[in-house]
Amino acid sequence: MTQKNIIEIENLSFGYGNRMLHKGINMVFPRGKVTAIMGGSGCGKTTILRLIGGQINPKVGQVSVDGKIVHKQDRHGIYELRRKMGMLFQHGALFTDLSVFDNVAFPIREHTKLPESMIRDLVLMKLNAVGLRGAHKLMSTELSGGMARRVALARAIALDPDIIMYDEPFAGLDPISMAVICDLIRTLNDALGATSIIVTHDVEEAFSFADYIYFVADGVVAAEGTPKELSKSKLPFVHQFVHGEKDGPVPFHYNAPSYKKDIYESV
Amino acid sequence: MNPIFKILSNLGDQVTSRIWRLGSAARLFLLTLMYSGESFKRIHLTIREIYFTGVMSFIIIVVSAFFVGMVLGLQGYYTLQKYGSSESIGVLVALALLRELGPVVTALLFAGRAGTAITAEIGLMKATEQLSAMEMMAVSPIARIIGPRFWAGVISMPILASIFSMVGVLGGYLVAVPIIGVDHGAFWSQMNVNVDFRFDVVNGLIKSFVFGVACTIIALYEGYDAPPTAEGVSRATTRTVVTSSLTVLGLDFILTSFMIAH
Repeated sequence: MTQKNIIEIENLSFGYGNRMLHKGINMVFPRGKVTAIMGGSGCGKTTILRLIGGQINPKVGQVSVDGKIVHKQDRHGIYELRRKMGMLFQHGALFTDLSVFDNVAFPIREHTKLPESMIRDLVLMKLNAVGLRGAHKLMSTELSGGMARRVALARAIALDPDIIMYDEPFAGLDPISMAVICDLIRTLNDALGATSIIVTHDVEEAFSFADYIYFVADGVVAAEGTPKELSKSKLPFVHQFVHGEKDGPVPFHYNAPSYKKDIYESV
Repeated sequence: MNPIFKILSNLGDQVTSRIWRLGSAARLFLLTLMYSGESFKRIHLTIREIYFTGVMSFIIIVVSAFFVGMVLGLQGYYTLQKYGSSESIGVLVALALLRELGPVVTALLFAGRAGTAITAEIGLMKATEQLSAMEMMAVSPIARIIGPRFWAGVISMPILASIFSMVGVLGGYLVAVPIIGVDHGAFWSQMNVNVDFRFDVVNGLIKSFVFGVACTIIALYEGYDAPPTAEGVSRATTRTVVTSSLTVLGLDFILTSFMIAH
């Protein structure tokens, strides 16, 4: 039976050494929806994607993808799950020794035995979807940041995944590229019937296309809701984040002894 | 903290971390062997890497071998003529190259030329998340990236060492025969009589095979384990040269001891 939520995160705790990054996180990602995970830098948003992909294992709790607990899968099981996922990395992570065409063809060649003529058609279709069919002969090193991100997106959807994960898809992009990526996320999600998870700290963009948003702070889900609900939220953290206030529950200053003590008594 | 305790604690840390690194390098080596079947399914990748590691090292190997052979010819003649056996120069040059200099100098040059390139490439692939991207596409980086480079290094090294020895002998010949005037026939015939195929040639090839395994796995491990930063990759590249060189020299002693004992 197909489950309503394609991904479920239950009571997830994860950390490096003694430093816990997540302390009992619960999230669900319904099929066909675009869900954003937001929060300040270093709060462990990208780590959640890596936990979903099974690249790291939780210390407590579990992540289920399509009803299967990720960290209990063997290598074969993890690879089976990953074939249902496409991931767009923060800087694209294109293979620098391959052309744009070969980058997009990479997962198709690795996982199917399709003839080269069909692979060519599929690759050009995927590149056309991101508007870069004309760039298929370029090397990945010849692309701008925005173009690289779009090629990486074409590669992520090459095998028509059920889940598309985006790690900071807007970081470092100009407004035009940002609008293009923003539009592609929604369009591809709906056209492929996929489920999208976007990790970002760009409030305006996320609020414009996400169906549901989770705010992560101090290792827990600090707030959640639809963009409409969250924009009206009175929670101090959400208010500070959404309005970009420099001081608030997230302090401007890193934890430090008193200023006076540092200046006068350190000599 | 007591200073002596602190020194001992630091020493313990250093020892533990080195043992840990040795263990993870051994683990990578075993995984590479386990995934070799998958690597060989993509044989074109191994051939491509043989070109990058082997063929691209050809020039440096040939030039170095030529000079090493010429120096051996000069030094050998200078010493042998004191004992009136300058005709044995061919044997001296051939044995020195086949048994020691061929495998060892090739491995040292390989570590500097190809080993550093492997470490830097894999380190940068890691830093730019290319390895993570491959894993997320359900493709093992060990089968796709590490395996072909490993086998390319292992195959290239004995071939490069053989080329080194051949070119070195020609360098020695050039100095000894046309320049110094040693008899042409004596040079080759003494070499022909005194060089044993099993004991000298095959043992040299065994050494270069072992050095190929060691140098390549060290370069691969350093790249795979490098912190994903500019400093991390540069330090890993330096470590590749230092660790490979010391390992080759240490292994050479161990292998020579076994070979001479038998």
